[in-house]
Formats: sequence, C-alpha cells, structure tokens
Amino acid sequence: MEKLLELDNIHVSFQTYGGEVKAVRGVSFTLEKGESLAIVGESGSGKSVTSKSIMRLLPNKIGSIKQGSIKFQGKDLAKASEREMEKIRGAEISMIFQDPMTSLNPTMTIGKQIMEGLRKHQNMSKSEAKERAVNLLKLVGIPNPELRVDEYPHQFSGGMRQRVVIAIALSCNPKVLIADEPTTALDVTIQAQILDLMRDLQDKTGTAIILITHDLGVVANLAQRVAVMYGGMIVETGTVDEIFYKPKHPYTWGLLASMPKLNAESKELLAIPGTPPDLMNPPKGCPFAARCPYAMEVCLENMPEATDVSSSHKAACWLLDERAPKVEPPEEALVGGAR
Amino acid sequence: MLRYITQRVLYMILTLLIIATITFFLMKLLPGSPFNNQDKLTETQRYALNEKYGLNDPVPVQYINYITKLAQGDLGYTFQFDGRTVNSLIVNGMGPSATVGFEALLFGTIVGLLLGIMAALKHNTFLDYGAMVIAVFGIAIPSFVFAGLLQYYVGVKLQWLPVAFWNGPEYHILPAFSLSVGVIATVARFMRTEMLEILGTDYILMARSKGVSKSAVIFKHCVRNSLIPIVTILGPMAIGLITGSLVIENIFAIPGIGEQFVKAIQVNDYPVIMGTTLFFSFLIVAIILIVDILYGIIDPRIRVAGGKS
Repeated sequence: MEKLLELDNIHVSFQTYGGEVKAVRGVSFTLEKGESLAIVGESGSGKSVTSKSIMRLLPNKIGSIKQGSIKFQGKDLAKASEREMEKIRGAEISMIFQDPMTSLNPTMTIGKQIMEGLRKHQNMSKSEAKERAVNLLKLVGIPNPELRVDEYPHQFSGGMRQRVVIAIALSCNPKVLIADEPTTALDVTIQAQILDLMRDLQDKTGTAIILITHDLGVVANLAQRVAVMYGGMIVETGTVDEIFYKPKHPYTWGLLASMPKLNAESKELLAIPGTPPDLMNPPKGCPFAARCPYAMEVCLENMPEATDVSSSHKAACWLLDERAPKVEPPEEALVGGAR
Repeated sequence: MLRYITQRVLYMILTLLIIATITFFLMKLLPGSPFNNQDKLTETQRYALNEKYGLNDPVPVQYINYITKLAQGDLGYTFQFDGRTVNSLIVNGMGPSATVGFEALLFGTIVGLLLGIMAALKHNTFLDYGAMVIAVFGIAIPSFVFAGLLQYYVGVKLQWLPVAFWNGPEYHILPAFSLSVGVIATVARFMRTEMLEILGTDYILMARSKGVSKSAVIFKHCVRNSLIPIVTILGPMAIGLITGSLVIENIFAIPGIGEQFVKAIQVNDYPVIMGTTLFFSFLIVAIILIVDILYGIIDPRIRVAGGKS
C-alpha cells in the first residue's frame, strides 16, 4: 500500500487569554491510498483540530502547528505557504463539515458554490463547470439537478444540503476527503443514506477518507482502521475488528461500553465518569489516568509508550507493560460477546 | 411580487392620509395665526386675507377642503409669498436638499463600508481600534458640531472652501461631509461586527477548504452576506439624513426644504408646514418600501418568503 498522508508527532496549540491550550500533543498516523481511517474520541479530544491542521485551516491568529510534520505526497504541509495550500485545498484534500445547515453560503446558488472549486482548480469555463455541477448533483442523488443547480441552500433540506456539501468536496476528485462528523447533525434515517453515499462514492473514486466522529456506529459502517484520541493524543489504533473485538486501552473500553445496546438488560446508559483533562495544564502522565479505573502510580507520572499489540494494532497504556497486572476488559465493553 | 408592491403602495397612501390628518389638527393647535403678528395689518385687511385663504371657515370644513385638494396633488398656496404654490416651493427646495442628502449617503456608505471591512480584517490591531474610535466619535458628536468646526477651520481659517450658501459644486463639500460623519460611523460599526461574525461561520471555512483565495472568500462570500443588515439600517439612515439636513441646511444657508420647513413653522405658514411634513413622510415611507425590495434582492431567503411572483 502506498502512503498518501503521514502525520508525524504533530503538536497544535491555541493562544487564549488564559494561556496556551495544547489541543493536540504529538499525533502521528498514516493514511494509505483509498483507505478510510476513523478518528474517534469525545468532544475536546483534538479530533477536529487535527483535521483542520492537515488543511491548515486553524484560526490563523490564535492556533498554530508547534511541532511535527504533515507529509502529503512528499511535501510537508505544516510548512507550506498559504498559496501552496490554496492549490491543495479542494483539489487534493477536501473537507466535509458537521452542520450542513451552516456550511453553505446562503446567498449563493448551489451551482455557483460547486463551480467555484472547479473553476479554480481545473480551469473550466463557466458552461463546462455548470455541466459538471449538474452531473455531480446527479451523482450524489439529487433529483432534477438541472433545476436545483440554480437554487439556493435554503430551498434544500438538511440531508440534501449534506449531499451538496459532499458533491462540492468531491468535485475535483481529491485524493483525501476529511469528513468532520458528517452525519452528526442529521437524523438517523438520513445518516444511513449519507454513509451509504460516502461508501458508494469512495468505491467509485478511490478517495481516501479520514472520518472524524464520536459515533462508533458510523465507524463500524465506514472505516477500515480506527484511531482513538483522548486528551490530544492517539491512545489506541488498529483495524475496525481489533478496536471493536480486541480493544486494549481502558478508554476504548469505556467508549465501547457507553454505546447503547438494544439487548442490554439494564436500561441505564453507561458513561465514563469524570471529565477530559484540562489541556491548558495537561497531566504529566497518561491523560486518561484520572478517570481510569485501572490506573496505577506509574500512570500518573509517566506517559506510556505506544505498544505493538499486533502489526496493525497499537495502544498506549501501562497495562500492556509486562510488569502490569493482568486486567480483562469489562463485560459491557464486549461487542457481540467476542473475547 | 406585483401584488406585494400594490399592497404596500395602498398601505403607504393610508399612512400618509393618517399623517396628514394628525398634522392638520396639531397645526391648528399652534398658537397664533399667519396674519396675527403683523402689526401693520388692519382688522379688515386681516379678515380679507383670512377669507382669501379660507381660514374663516370652521376647522372641519378646512380639513375637508385640504384633503380634497391634496387628493388632486395640490398642496395649496404659501402665505409668505403672494401667489406661489407649495408644490413649487418643494420642487425648488428639493434640489439642494436631495443633492446634499444623497452625496452624504453615498460618501458615508462607501467610506463606512471600507472602514468596517478594514477593521474586521485587521481585527484587534491598531487599525481596528483606530477605526472604531473614529466611529464612536462620529456617532456621539452631532453633525452640526462638525459643521461648525468645519466652517471655522476649513472655511474661515484656511479659506479652502466656502463657509456657506449654494452656488456650485465646491459649496456641497462641507455640508455633505458634516452630514456623512454619522453615516460613516454607523455603517463602519455595523459592517465590522457583521464581517467578524460571518468570517467565523462554517461556510467561510467551507469556501476556504475549496481552495478559494482569501480575497475571493472575503469579497464573494463575506462582504455580500454582511451587506444584509447594512441595507436594513440604510433606510432609517437615509431618513435621518433628511431630517438631519434641517439643521445642516440652516447652518450652511442652503435653500433646501429643511430651511423652508423651519421658516414656515416660525410664521404659521400652514400650507407649507403641511406640504413639507407630507413630503418628508412620503420620502420616509417610500424609502422603507425601497429598502424592503432591496433586501429581497440581496437575500434570496427573503425574496421567496416576501412575494410569490
């Protein structure tokens, strides 16, 4: 497999009135051609910040990449100029946002918003771009695309708008598509349609997808590999099967346990007690130690190294150290009863 | 759309009729009468004059007569100059008033927009603070204070521009500028706030994620959306300019409607008071209608909701 995107030890900080918030603290992962990688974690874990740093769309006065490299086709995006980034955004790497109700310009027709990227990156004439826009709308399943292309966003429903956003993101055949919670703002039936559409389009175009989400159901649907983020770090990565059936990190156990299950005996929803760490003064040791039921003294003092569980599966937890006591994942974290 | 406009025009006429009625009776409550304070007139002369202008009739009859004439577009004769119609006074005064007002509005809006855009793009820098300090001064200090300062420093001390009167283009600059200060300040503040808000929206991020250059994002996506509230305040502001020009016209001795209006109240010139009030009211109602139509052109969401064409 060919490496398309390689993040190496990325650190991102925000300057706020209260001080420096270290939102991402040493994230590394690779994305291969045509694969889909899910980044999961709760709010504030640094998922969106990581994806915005790849696009270099961090709020430019306060947010910056402090350290690390983002290699995309041999070029380090962390050091690319704004002009170089303009050529990459939309053409090579594009993005889908969470809320389709706000991610389209209300005063510009749908067609013009699709055509913008095409005209910029592919030097299309107005009529060529419009034709392509109509085709794209057809591709994402919008009926009467010839008419709808001249309409405004408020004339589209939420699900339709997300389809339009997907059409815009895919308009220039990007190599990487970053989907930042693409289904979070949609209702469940529409969610399934959008996921189907994304999977279908991935098969057709071979675009690699980075899927940012906190919904493990979406992960199971779309991703091949998963990276679990917590406190600005990746705590566990592996294939979907490894993460769902052989999770090693107590945080991943917590995430899996808090997924509502239909056949559960207790009606109560399980949650991970406590709150995520304050990233203005991040803990010295493992970020999850304060909430972890298995925490040991070493967890509070030292950050665990990422340990290889298998060739594709890594977790950063002291429990994997040979000196640690043997701990089995709790019953609730087991998906489908596999052990 | 046509139905919508027709409906609005009918409401406009009703509004004007109500304004005419209220003003008519309020005016009758003013102490004195047009020919009372002229000592030189004898009792007979006064009676003859009152008779000539129909002022001896009972008030309700005067009202009916007035409204009947008004419906035919006739605003009557002024009491101050023999044989001159109010219509001609308004038409003559209209030119200078409209010119000053329009120049102030145009200049103020353009400068205000540029200042606001600059302040938003240079958010939290010296330029931003500077522009906003200017804006606060512009809002806080009334236009006639600027008028006085400009007359003294630019007109009297430096002698660059004429202090008053209305004899050519160079006479427009000081009054139009004094009037536009408030416009600049208001527009700049609104534009800055709106731009900042829109720069933070998802669709700006989305546009940037398409690879659209920064300047194109600002002008094609941000400015147009920021203009929506500007159009809304432009109406009341244009109205403010019309009424504000009453004072400015007096200070610069511009022969506009404002000047006529003030003079007419001083001498109880009923037809002129009525005529100018109605004319101002007409302008205001018309501006509101124009703003509503403009609003629909800029914002497609309102276009659909407003009128089913």
